[in-house]
Amino acid sequence: MNLRRIGMSLIAPAIGLFISLAATAVILIAIGASISTVFSSMWNYGTSPRAMSLMLNLATIYFLSALAVSIGFKMNLFNIGVNGQYVLGALAAAVVASNLTLPKVASVTITILSAMIVGALWAGIAAWLKVARGVSEVISTIMLNFIAIGIISYIIVRTPIGTETSLNIRGTKAIPETGMLRGVAFLDPGTPIYGFFFISIVVGIAYWFLLNRTRFGFDLRATGKSASAARTSGVQSNRMIVVTMLLSGAVAGLVGLPYLLGDTGSYTLQFPTDWGFTGIAIALLGRNNPLGIALGAILWAFLDISSGQLILEGVPREISTIMQGLIVIVVVISYEVVRRYQVKSEQTSVAKALEKQEASV
Amino acid sequence: MLKGVKLASVLAVASLALAACGSSGETAESAAPAETTATSSVKVGMAYDQDGKGDGSFNDAAFAGLSKAQTDLGVEIKEVNSGSSATDATREELLTLLADGGYNPVIAVGFAYSTALAAVAPKFPETTFAIVDSVVESPNVGSLIFAAEQGSYLTGVIAATASKSGTIGFIGGMEIDLIKAFEAGYIEGAKSVNPDIKVESKYMGAAGDNTAWNVPEKAKTATDGMIANGADVIYAAAGGSGLGMFQSVKAAADGGATVWAIGVDSDQYTVPALAEYKDIILTSMLKRVDVAVYDVIAAVVDGAPLVGVNNFDLSKDGVGYATSNSAVSEFSGAADAAAEKIKSGEVTVGTTVQ
Repeated sequence: MNLRRIGMSLIAPAIGLFISLAATAVILIAIGASISTVFSSMWNYGTSPRAMSLMLNLATIYFLSALAVSIGFKMNLFNIGVNGQYVLGALAAAVVASNLTLPKVASVTITILSAMIVGALWAGIAAWLKVARGVSEVISTIMLNFIAIGIISYIIVRTPIGTETSLNIRGTKAIPETGMLRGVAFLDPGTPIYGFFFISIVVGIAYWFLLNRTRFGFDLRATGKSASAARTSGVQSNRMIVVTMLLSGAVAGLVGLPYLLGDTGSYTLQFPTDWGFTGIAIALLGRNNPLGIALGAILWAFLDISSGQLILEGVPREISTIMQGLIVIVVVISYEVVRRYQVKSEQTSVAKALEKQEASV
Repeated sequence: MLKGVKLASVLAVASLALAACGSSGETAESAAPAETTATSSVKVGMAYDQDGKGDGSFNDAAFAGLSKAQTDLGVEIKEVNSGSSATDATREELLTLLADGGYNPVIAVGFAYSTALAAVAPKFPETTFAIVDSVVESPNVGSLIFAAEQGSYLTGVIAATASKSGTIGFIGGMEIDLIKAFEAGYIEGAKSVNPDIKVESKYMGAAGDNTAWNVPEKAKTATDGMIANGADVIYAAAGGSGLGMFQSVKAAADGGATVWAIGVDSDQYTVPALAEYKDIILTSMLKRVDVAVYDVIAAVVDGAPLVGVNNFDLSKDGVGYATSNSAVSEFSGAADAAAEKIKSGEVTVGTTVQ
C-alpha cells in the first residue's frame, strides 16, 4: 500500500513534467527555434560544473523561500508576504553584520538570528491583524510587501545607514570578511557553493521534524485539514495562526541571507525583491514536502540558470519562464487528477469487498 | 476550502508566468549583418538589464548605437538581457558567457552591472568591456557616464518657454540620485527662464522598487493629476513608464488642451512604437548612449579600445535635445543660448534638487 502511494505521488509530477516539456516544444516550433538544439544546449550547459554551482546557490534561496510559504500552506494560511519579510530580514542582517567584530561563528549566528527575528516580527503584524481584526492575511501581507520596500528605500536613501557603495548604487556598508559565509568551491573552483546551502538542509530537516514529529506539527496539520474539527478537539486556532505566521516569517527572514552573506556583503537597492513569489510556485510544485520542495527548487534554478545560455543561442529567456509556469500548472492539475483516480479506485475496492461480505452473509 | 486555495494559487502562479510572457519578447536575436558595406571580425556582446530592449528610451538608445555599428562597421552582434529577478551572480554569468564566447567588446547597459563587471573584467584581460552609467576601475573597462543634468537643463528651458500656465511637470522613474539629476537640471533650467515657475515632480517608485521603470499606468495617473493642476509641459525620465505620460498628454491634447510632452534618452519623436504620440512630443532630452556605444565598438574595430572614464557632456555632444519635431524651433533659440553658457562654463548645472 505504501509503495503504491509513493508511486502515485511520483506519477503526478512525472506526467506534469512530460506534458510541460511537450507544450514547450510546441511553443519552440511556433517561434521557429530548433527543439533539439534548445533542449540539448540547456542540458549541456546546465550540467557543467559552473552552471551547477550557480544552480545550487539559487536553489538554496528558492528552497528557503518555498519552505517559508509552505509552513503557512500546511494550515491554509497564505503568506504572500515572504518578499517583504526577507528584504527587511536581509537589511537587518546587513546592518547587524556590518557592525560586528566577532569571530565568524558568533557573528554569523547573531546575523542569522536578527534576520529571523525581523522576518518573524514583520509577519507577526499580519498575524495580529488576522487574529485581532479579522483581516485576511493575503491582503495584509501583500500590502506589507509594499510598505517594506518603502521602509527600506527610506532607510537607505535618507538615513546614514545607506551610503553610495559605487556610482549610482546605494546600500549598507560592507560586511567584514569575518561576518561573511562565502562557502566552499567543490564543483567549480571559481564558483563556491554558498555556506547557506548546508544551513538550508538543516532548516529542511527541522521543518520535517517539526511538522511530522511534534505535537505542534500535528495540531498545525489538523487545523489545515479541518479548522473546526481541530478546534473541537482543543486546538487554540488563534494561537496556531500567530505561531505559524511567526515561524513562516522567521524562515522567510533567511531567504536573502545566502546571497547577502555568500555574495554581495551589502544590502543595496539592487537586491532582488521577488524571491517570495518564486517560493509560492515551488511550494505548490513540491506539495509542501521538504524533499519535493528541494527538487522543485533545483528544477526552477536549473531553468533560470540555463536561460542565460539560451539567449546566447538566440532563444528568448522568456522560454524558460514559460516552462516554469507550465510545469507548475500542469503538475498541480495532474496531482488533482491522480488524487481523484486514487479516491475512485479505493472506493471501488471497498465496494467490492463489501459486496463479497454481503454475499457471504 | 482546500480546493479554493489550490485554484487561487494556480491562478496566482499562472498570472506570474503570463506577466513574464507579456514582457518584451524580442530580447535576443543574433542577426547577421544586413546589407553591410563593411565587414569585420569583431563580435560585439551587449547585455541589457532586466527586460532590456523595447523601452523606447534608455535601452533602445544603446541598441541604436549597436545597430549603427552593425551596419557601418559590419560587426557581428549578440544581445542578452538579465531578466527580472537578476542577481549579481546571474549578471556575472551572462558577462562571463559573452566573454567566454569570444565577444569583444562586451557592453553592459546599466549601472546594475557594476558589481558583476568588476568581478568579471579582471578574468578576461584580453577583452574590452564597457559599462553605461557607472564607473568600474579596471584597465580593460571603459566607463560611460553622462551629464544628464546638462541636457535636462535645456529641456527645462524649453518647457518654461513653452509653458503658458506657469506650471510644468516632471515624471521620474526610480527615486535615485541618477534620476534626481534629471529633475535637478530640469528645474534649474526652467527657473533660469521663469524664476516663479511651478514644477510638479512625481516618482514612479521608491529607490529599490524595481517596478518603477515599467508602470505606464501609474505614470498616466500621475500625469493626469499634473495636467488637472494646470501643468502644460511634462518631462518624463522614467524608462518604459514614460509611455503613460505620452498617453495622458495625448488624451488631454485630444480633448482640446494645449499640452506638450518631453521624452528622454532616445529621440522619442522618431521611435516607431510611439508614432501615435509623436504630435505631442515637443522634444526629447537626448542622452547619447547610442553615440557612446558606437564609439566603444568603433574604437575596438580600430584597435585602440576606449577604456577609462568617459564623461559624455554637452561639450562632447553626449547630451542634448532633439529637434526632429519642427515645433521646437520656436524655443530652440533659448535652449541653444543656454547650451553655449553651459559649454563656456558660465552656468554650472547642479545634480541635486535645491
